[in-house]
Amino acid sequence: MCTLEQRGRVFVLTLTGDGEHRLGIPLMASIRSALSSVAAQAAQDGPGAALVTVAEGRFFSNGLDIGWVGTSRARLTELIDALRPVAADLLALPMPTVAAVTGHASAGGFLLALCHDYRVMRADRGVLYMSEVDLGFPLPPYFMALLRAKITAAQALRDVVLRGARIRAPQAKEMGIVDVVCPGAPETVAEPLKLAEQLAARKWDGAVYSAIRISMFPDACMSVGIVQGSDEDKARNFGSRL
Amino acid sequence: MDMANMCTVEKHGRVHLITLTGAGEHRLGPALISALRSAVATVRASPGGGALVLAAEGKYFSNGFDQAWARTVPLHLHASMRGAFRGLLADLIALPMPTVAAVTGHAAAAGCVLALAHDAVVMRASRGFLYMSEVDAGLKMADFFGEVLRQKVPDAAARRDMILRGDKMTAAEGVRRGVVDAAVDGGVEDVVAAAVAAAEGLAARGWDGEVVAEIRKAMWPAVWGKVKDYGAAEAARPRL
Repeated sequence: MCTLEQRGRVFVLTLTGDGEHRLGIPLMASIRSALSSVAAQAAQDGPGAALVTVAEGRFFSNGLDIGWVGTSRARLTELIDALRPVAADLLALPMPTVAAVTGHASAGGFLLALCHDYRVMRADRGVLYMSEVDLGFPLPPYFMALLRAKITAAQALRDVVLRGARIRAPQAKEMGIVDVVCPGAPETVAEPLKLAEQLAARKWDGAVYSAIRISMFPDACMSVGIVQGSDEDKARNFGSRL
Repeated sequence: MDMANMCTVEKHGRVHLITLTGAGEHRLGPALISALRSAVATVRASPGGGALVLAAEGKYFSNGFDQAWARTVPLHLHASMRGAFRGLLADLIALPMPTVAAVTGHAAAAGCVLALAHDAVVMRASRGFLYMSEVDAGLKMADFFGEVLRQKVPDAAARRDMILRGDKMTAAEGVRRGVVDAAVDGGVEDVVAAAVAAAEGLAARGWDGEVVAEIRKAMWPAVWGKVKDYGAAEAARPRL
C-alpha cells in the first residue's frame, strides 16, 4: 500500500502499485504509521529533514475508497473521519513536505497533495480535480478549510470547488496551486527529491517549523484537530532559544 | 521632538513623519516600542488630521524584536514586550488618518510586520529586504504576526515562501507580489520623500479620520481582533 525509505535526510513515502491509491481505512492507517515513523526518526536525527510523497502508476490518488463505501452513509462518514487525522499529521509534520503529483489527484487525493508545503506536478499527464460538485457531495468542513487556506485566488478557488475544473499542471501553476511543473514522470520524482534536499539543508528545527506552519493556517489546522500552542507556550520557546 | 533619542516626529505639510533615529538595527524592545507609541499618540492628538509616515535612518527599517534585551530578562517580560508591540499595531490600525511605511532598509520579523501594518508600503529599490526570519532563527511566530501576513500577503504561495522558507523579498519582488506599493530608487532620503509625497496625496483627500480608522478595522478584522485589547484607546476606556 505504501512504503517508506530514507535517502540521506529526505524521507520518501511511496503509494505503491498501479492502482488508484484509493484512500481506504488500511491505506490511511499505513500512511499515518509511516508519518509517525518519519517524525520519530527526525526527532532522533536532529534538525534538517524533509518528506516527499510520491505515487506509482497513473494516479497520485483518486480519493476516498468509494467502492468500499457503496451506499453506506456510515462508511462514507468513517472514511471522511479517517482522512482528517492524516491531514493533521501532514500539517503538523516537523519538516518541510513536498508532494510529487505523478498522476491524477481527485477529491481526497487532491486534498492529500494540498496538505503538503510544496507541490510538483507532471505536465504531460494527470489532472487535479475536486469532484464533489459533479458527484453530488458537499465538501466536509475540513476539506473546505484546507482549500481556502491553500488556494487563495478567489477565481481559482471557485473554479476548483464550484466548477469542478479538471486542472492540468501548467494551469495549476498559474492558479497558484502547484509550484513546479515537470515535463514527465522521471522529472516529477527527481525535482521533488532535489527540492526536499535543498529544504532539508536549511537545517530548520522541526518543532519550530511545524509551529510556524500551524500559525500560518490556524483555521485549517483547527478544523483537522490540531490544537495551536498559546503565545505563552511560544514564549517559553522564545526564551529557551536565546 | 525627540523621544529618548529613539525616534523623532516632524510635520511636513499635512504629513506627520516619525523617524526611527540612528544607524542601528532599530530593534523593537520595550524602550523603542514605548517611544513609538508616544510618537503615534502625539500624532493622533494633533489637530487637523493629515497622514502618517513611519521611516528609519540607516541600513535597517527594523530588524525585529530586541532579542539581546530578551536574553537578559525573565520570560514574563517577553510577553509584556509582545503585548506592547500588539498595542503599537492597535494604535496604528486605530489611527484616524492614512498611514504609509517608508521601508528605507531591512525589515525583519517584527520589523516586517510593523511595515506591513500600514495602509501603504513604499520601499527602497536598491537595498533592503522584507524577511520573516523566524524559521531561520528557530523562533516560533506569534499568531497575530500570521494574521498580519495573511492580510497583507494573501497569496498562499508567496506567504509560504516568506514564512516557511525565509525568502528575502526585495522591493521589486514585493511590487510584483502585491505586497509593496512602490519601489523607490535612490537612498533613504529619496524613499522618505516618496513616502511623504504619497502620504500628502492621501491627506489631500480630506477624509474623515475616524471613518478611515473604522473602515480599516473592518477591513482587517482578524488582525484588529488580535490586537485591539492592547491599544491605547482600549486602555483609556473606563472599565466598569
